[in-house]
Amino acid sequence: MYQFSSGFELLELTKKYNIPISEVVINYEHEMTGDSKDTLIEKMASNLDVMRKSIERGLKEDVKSVGGFIGGDAKRLYDKIINNFTISGETVSKAVASAVAVSEVNAAMGKIVAAPTAGSSGVIPGALITIARKFGKSDDELIKSLFTSSGIGIIIAKNATLSGAEGGCQAEVGSASAMAAAALVELMGGSPEEALNAASFAIMNLLGLVCDPVAGLVEVPCVTRNAVGAANALICADLALSGMRSIIPFDDVVSAMDSVGKAMPCALKETAEGGLAKTATGIKLKMNMRE
Amino acid sequence: MDLREYSVFDIMGPVMIGPSSSHTAGAARLAKIARQIAGDDVKEVQFILYDSFANTYKGHGTDKALVAGIIGLDPDDERLPHSFELAKEQNISFSFVKSDKDASHPNTVRMVIKNKSGDVIEVLGSSIGGGNVVLKEINGMSVEFTGEYETLITKHIDKPGIIAMVTKVLSEHMINIAFMRVYRQLKGDMAIMVIESDQTIPEDVRIRIEHIDGIEKAIVVDSINKA
Repeated sequence: MYQFSSGFELLELTKKYNIPISEVVINYEHEMTGDSKDTLIEKMASNLDVMRKSIERGLKEDVKSVGGFIGGDAKRLYDKIINNFTISGETVSKAVASAVAVSEVNAAMGKIVAAPTAGSSGVIPGALITIARKFGKSDDELIKSLFTSSGIGIIIAKNATLSGAEGGCQAEVGSASAMAAAALVELMGGSPEEALNAASFAIMNLLGLVCDPVAGLVEVPCVTRNAVGAANALICADLALSGMRSIIPFDDVVSAMDSVGKAMPCALKETAEGGLAKTATGIKLKMNMRE
Repeated sequence: MDLREYSVFDIMGPVMIGPSSSHTAGAARLAKIARQIAGDDVKEVQFILYDSFANTYKGHGTDKALVAGIIGLDPDDERLPHSFELAKEQNISFSFVKSDKDASHPNTVRMVIKNKSGDVIEVLGSSIGGGNVVLKEINGMSVEFTGEYETLITKHIDKPGIIAMVTKVLSEHMINIAFMRVYRQLKGDMAIMVIESDQTIPEDVRIRIEHIDGIEKAIVVDSINKA
C-alpha cells in the first residue's frame, strides 16, 4: 500500500520500501488508477514535452498577453544571459527566464501544463528543466522528479489548498515552488528528508503571499512571481542539500499555509479587490480594459 | 482535511490553453458539453455571462474558449485562440451579453443555442476551478453533473416504468451506472434523467434508449477524461 496524506506518511513509505519519493508516488498512482507504470511514465513524458515547448516558444517569440500588460520579457532576459549580463548568474537567470517564458505563453493563450495551476505554470518547468540540463540529467530522471513534485502537491491539496481563490498566491506559486524544490533535491541525489526540508523552506519564504491580479488577469504580478517561485526553489534546494534542516516539519508548514490562507481577507484572494489591483494605477488599467 | 483522492495528473495537469483554468479551460469544457446537449447543427449561440465571467471575460479569453467549445474543440486545442474565425467558417454566429444578475457561482454562463432546425436549447453551467465544471440547468430544468463521466441525458414523460426500461437496456450492455438523478417540474409532465456511467455508451445503445416509448430524446455527453 502506497497511500499517503501527509509528509510524515510519505517519508515512512520511502523508509519502509527504501525507495525515493518519486517511486512512492508512481506506485500510489498505479494503485489508484490501475494504469501500468509505463503508461504513467508516458503520460508524464507528454506533460514534459508540453512544458519544454512552452519554454522554447516563450524564449524565442515576442509573445503578447491577451490583456496587453506583459510579454516579451523572457526573450529579453534570455538575451542578457547569452551576453553574460545578469547579476544572479547563468543558472538562476535561465531558470527565471524559462519560468517567465511559460508564464507569458500562458497569458498569451498558448499551450501549457497547469502545474499545479495555470497561474503558477512557469515555476516547475523553469526550475526543473533548467537544472536537469545543467547537470546532464536524463529525461527519465526528469520525468521521475515531476512525480516527486506531484507527490508534494497532493499533500498540499489534501491538507491546505492549491487555489489562489482559496489561499492566495502562497497556495499557487508557493506550492509550485515547494513542489519544484523537493523535486530538485531528488534530482540532485538528495534524500527524501532533504526534499521535504526544501519544500518546507520554499513555502515558509512565500507564506502570506496574496493573490491580487491587476484587472483580474493572470498577468501582473503573476509573471514576476513565477520568476521568484523558480529562483526560490533553486535556493531552497541548495539549502536543504547542504544539510540545513527545517525546524518546523513540512506538515506543520502546510498547516500554517492553510491557516494563513483562511485568515487572508477575500479582497486578497483572486478577487482583484485589494493589493496591486486596487492601487490608483491598477484601477485605471482595469477601467481601460473595459473600453 | 480534504478526503478526495487526488491523481498525480490532477496536480500536474491538465494540459490546456492559457491563461486561466477556471476562465479559459473550464469555459471551453462547459461550451463543449452544451454543444453535445444541443446536437451538432448549431446555428447561433448567445452567451450570457455572470459575475466574474462578465467582468473579466475578454482578458481571460473566456469568449474565445466558449466559442471553441461550441465548435467542438477541447481545452488543450491550439486552435482555441482562433475560434471566432473557425466559427464563422462554419456559419455559426455568436454574441456575448453581460448579466448584472447574481449567479450561484461567480464563473457562470448561460448558453442559448439555436439549431438549424429552429430548436432552442438553453444550458447553464459554472466553472468551479482547476478546469472542473458543473452543469446546472437544461432548458430551465435544474440538473447537476460534471462531465467527468460518460453522461446519458433523457427527456421523457414522467410516468412509471421508464427508468426501469432505461436501466434494463444499460445493464444488457454491461454499462454500470455510477450516479443517477431524475428531475421533473410537474407530476406527469416532462422530466429529465441524468445517468453518469463508468463505461462509454455506444450510439446503438443510445438509439435503443431513445426508442423506448415515452422517451422523447436521449443524448450522450462524452466524458471529459476521454478527450
